[in-house]
Amino acid sequence: MATPVDAAPLLAVEGLRTSFVDEGVALHAVDGLSFSVGRGETLCIVGESGCGKSVSALSVMRLLPPPPACRVEGSVRLDGREILALSEAEMRSIRGNTISMIFQEPMTSLNPVVTIGYQIAEAVRQHEGRSWAEGYARALEMLRLVRIPEAESRLKQYPHQLSGGMRQRVMIAMALACRPKVLLADEPTTALDVTIQAQILELMRELQEETGTAIVLITHDLGVVAEMARRVVVMYAGRKVEEATVDDLFDRPAHPYTVGLMGSIPQLGSSVEEGAARRRLAEIPGIVPSLRAMPSGCAFAPRCPLATERCRAEMPPLEERRPGHRSACWHWERAAEAIHA
Amino acid sequence: MPEGGIVASPLLEVRDLVKHFPIRRGLFGRAGARVHAVDGVSLAIGHGETLGLVGESGCGKSTVGKVILRLIEPTSGTIALDGRDITTLDTGAMRAVRQQMQVVFQDPYSSLNPRMTAGEIVGEPFINYAIGTGAERAEKVAALFRRVGLRAEQMARYPHEFSGGQRQRLGIARALALGPRLIIGDEPVSALDVSVQAQVINLMMDLQEEYGLSYLFIAHDLAVVEHISHRVAVMYLGKIVEVAPKRTLFATPGHPYTEALLASVPLPKPRARRKRVTLRGDVPSPVSPPSGCRFHTRCPYAVARCAQEEPLLREIAPGQQVACHLR
Repeated sequence: MATPVDAAPLLAVEGLRTSFVDEGVALHAVDGLSFSVGRGETLCIVGESGCGKSVSALSVMRLLPPPPACRVEGSVRLDGREILALSEAEMRSIRGNTISMIFQEPMTSLNPVVTIGYQIAEAVRQHEGRSWAEGYARALEMLRLVRIPEAESRLKQYPHQLSGGMRQRVMIAMALACRPKVLLADEPTTALDVTIQAQILELMRELQEETGTAIVLITHDLGVVAEMARRVVVMYAGRKVEEATVDDLFDRPAHPYTVGLMGSIPQLGSSVEEGAARRRLAEIPGIVPSLRAMPSGCAFAPRCPLATERCRAEMPPLEERRPGHRSACWHWERAAEAIHA
Repeated sequence: MPEGGIVASPLLEVRDLVKHFPIRRGLFGRAGARVHAVDGVSLAIGHGETLGLVGESGCGKSTVGKVILRLIEPTSGTIALDGRDITTLDTGAMRAVRQQMQVVFQDPYSSLNPRMTAGEIVGEPFINYAIGTGAERAEKVAALFRRVGLRAEQMARYPHEFSGGQRQRLGIARALALGPRLIIGDEPVSALDVSVQAQVINLMMDLQEEYGLSYLFIAHDLAVVEHISHRVAVMYLGKIVEVAPKRTLFATPGHPYTEALLASVPLPKPRARRKRVTLRGDVPSPVSPPSGCRFHTRCPYAVARCAQEEPLLREIAPGQQVACHLR
């Protein structure tokens, strides 16, 4: 692990496997995922739709339906305590308290019929056994912390009265109200305009400096990753395919999927560097395989320009290829060549 | 010379386009306030050219596209396609014009009829315009399928059987069917995963070369717009604040808003982490836009004049027009 050994990690996920049962068949949305994050650290989980990144977060928060519809196996230790074994009541006292989550669309997690102030105050009351007055005082403090203008009058407003960026701030305020040790943020800025995204990312960084909260940031945007992460986990089809420090990942990616992702995004300022001529983007041909029809061997093989017989037959193990840099690829040394012309 | 930039005889020329939406209060209420969605936009697109139109949500960029297509009627202003004023054409005449001008929307799923097969969807324009016999149509549809990277066997499938990227290919095939000269793309790749987004962007650029198409490419992703466009126009609260050849715009942005937009984009380069000037606050309401320069409430350089007098677009460098008192 590249984690500096500043004591035990706050959140340690090991061998997480989340399966949904569909017509009697167990489909593994997340398969064998491990990661950990320490105090004051930001870990980014990156991947495209359906790679299992959101399901991983929901599994950690224990927000998925109970068995038999869904099974979560493996180990999730929060500050040393195994939380997959906790009862629902015990979990409720941790959720929103020691570990919080923010989502892409704030309207799905804010209650539309109660005021902003009430929602935050209630969480503080529930988790910390405070009075309403203390709860509202904390709510006001949090709204100021996330730089909501005229915080006092906003307390009495309802979610629909706020703009998208403002709602996202409220959700962050709510998630941080009980000073969680770990914050899971699932595409927290994807629905926002760039100027608002920049504000929210900066806010998350500042709050982290002040509170030391460990952040797991789930995103599909490599720009956000570069800006926020210390370490990065790349997921494909339910599995971790690469993990490295952010600099190492961008400098020397060791998985063809990561290389493909980086090649397929247009770069801001490309016309300034390359002149006015337009070039083609590198494509990753085809689409992500369905959970129902996972290829044997490496799941990326059907889309990979480096794939060989071995890749199609044998799943490559996730191994440390360079210090602190893990990759699940038989041809990791040649990963940089994995660009489709 | 149109206000929108340096285009000799443009394929599309829009002048002083205005679209205000009245807000009605109550069931029988009379219209009072108006949403100033588009407030005096002029632009031109040359043959085989891509004009990127960028801005944040609510800036009016999608409304510009819809008004050009006359899917909604402009409040005032003119739209000319290949020199012909189409602003007031009646439904019948407009039908003929639509062969020249097509659209691709953001969400391919909601713009494809779920009860029609993919082949019927792509072939529908031929039926609507009574083109060819049944066999000829089938032939043309199969050719379109192959051209956008789908297999002809997939013609019998329904939209839900396609992935997001494939559905967008269907939308593009349908737009291409009648041989248009201008395609308006309203966030055509925004809903797609990056690896698939690259496929669709490449396809659109290839088609442009092959057929000499012109694009109005409306999007909020600046890197995508830079990649696909020849020139770029930036909108803020219903107005174009800057238009320039892309290289000029991205190397030396002229308007403070363009500057702020560019500085806000997180770059996929970890060592380039910037301490940046972030804009404060949100975009003001288009119901009562700020006086003077609409950006003055968020502009880090604003002076007294900006709140009083509206800046007009003027050329500050070859092909680069900027609406700012300070440039």
